[in-house]
Amino acid sequence: MNYKNIFKILSSALVLLVIVGCATTTPIDYAAYKGSRPRSILVLPPLNNTPEVSASYSVLSYVTQPLSEAGYYVMPVTLVAEAFKENGLTQPADMHATSADKLRQIFGADAVLYLSITQYGTVYRVINSVSVVSVEAKLVDLKTGQQLWTGSASASSDEGQSQQQGGVAGLLLSAVVKQVMGTVLNQSHQVAGVATTRLLSAGLPKGVLYGPRSPNYGKD
Amino acid sequence: MLTIRAKCLTALLICAALSGCNTRPTTLYQWQGYQSNVDAYFRADKLSLDTQTKLMEDDLQKIRASGGVVPPGYYAHLGLLYGQQGNLDQFAQYMQAEKKLYPESQSFMNFLLRNFKK
Repeated sequence: MNYKNIFKILSSALVLLVIVGCATTTPIDYAAYKGSRPRSILVLPPLNNTPEVSASYSVLSYVTQPLSEAGYYVMPVTLVAEAFKENGLTQPADMHATSADKLRQIFGADAVLYLSITQYGTVYRVINSVSVVSVEAKLVDLKTGQQLWTGSASASSDEGQSQQQGGVAGLLLSAVVKQVMGTVLNQSHQVAGVATTRLLSAGLPKGVLYGPRSPNYGKD
Repeated sequence: MLTIRAKCLTALLICAALSGCNTRPTTLYQWQGYQSNVDAYFRADKLSLDTQTKLMEDDLQKIRASGGVVPPGYYAHLGLLYGQQGNLDQFAQYMQAEKKLYPESQSFMNFLLRNFKK
């Protein structure tokens, strides 16, 4: 064997390595999340950074299913909203400003999920108009105040059903996607369902981990 | 010859059955119309509290009849609907039901039982 051949093999190996390297995305750090092992999650009414007034509660109505199916107990969202209202807090911004101590004391949850909506509604285009919803999330341990996870997701009414997902997440997603395709009425609300399910389902890349009520708990 | 064929067929069937079990995802809970009922509650102008309560009660019967598990928050939300209509007995009863099925809700349910007065 001569040196030329060895060089050829080495260089092709290097090219392969570079390609493979590019394909993998940077993994996110789940150490704090895994250390905290939250069982229950309090989801606060989302901050709404869009002009659409109904955005906050539209998104909130969709959070319970994906998080519960992921294996967590989700504090009943309607009662959470009422409890804040009873205490004079009607704006999501005021609720988000409540201290972790106070939240833990009242709701007894292990973690709190802060959501904020960055896009909600219809973008009008020349040919067709499209509904787009984008949501960002931050999960925080209520005992330590430590940030456990952050994520974001978007959905749009014209993306079709191309992205197939397996498992329960796929099952939940295909159900909400089907609704979007079926009707034009109230489209933004249904697109919000896709975005929220995508954001808060377990078993997806960079997603939330499985919780204790799931048979997949501890396996991810 | 026949027996070998039969054996092959059985093996194939078992394989199919097993892989069928593996690939079909199942949900932990029976949801019925829970999330759209939550949406209706937040919108307030869509359906009367009485209608919302009836929808939740009907779905609860369906969940029980099918042997499914009632999802987190279901009993509590139903209790809230009763509470908003002044039925505090049913309110308390459903908060207790939520607490029993989901002990994680204990602190919050106790807080509500102490504080919720129509």
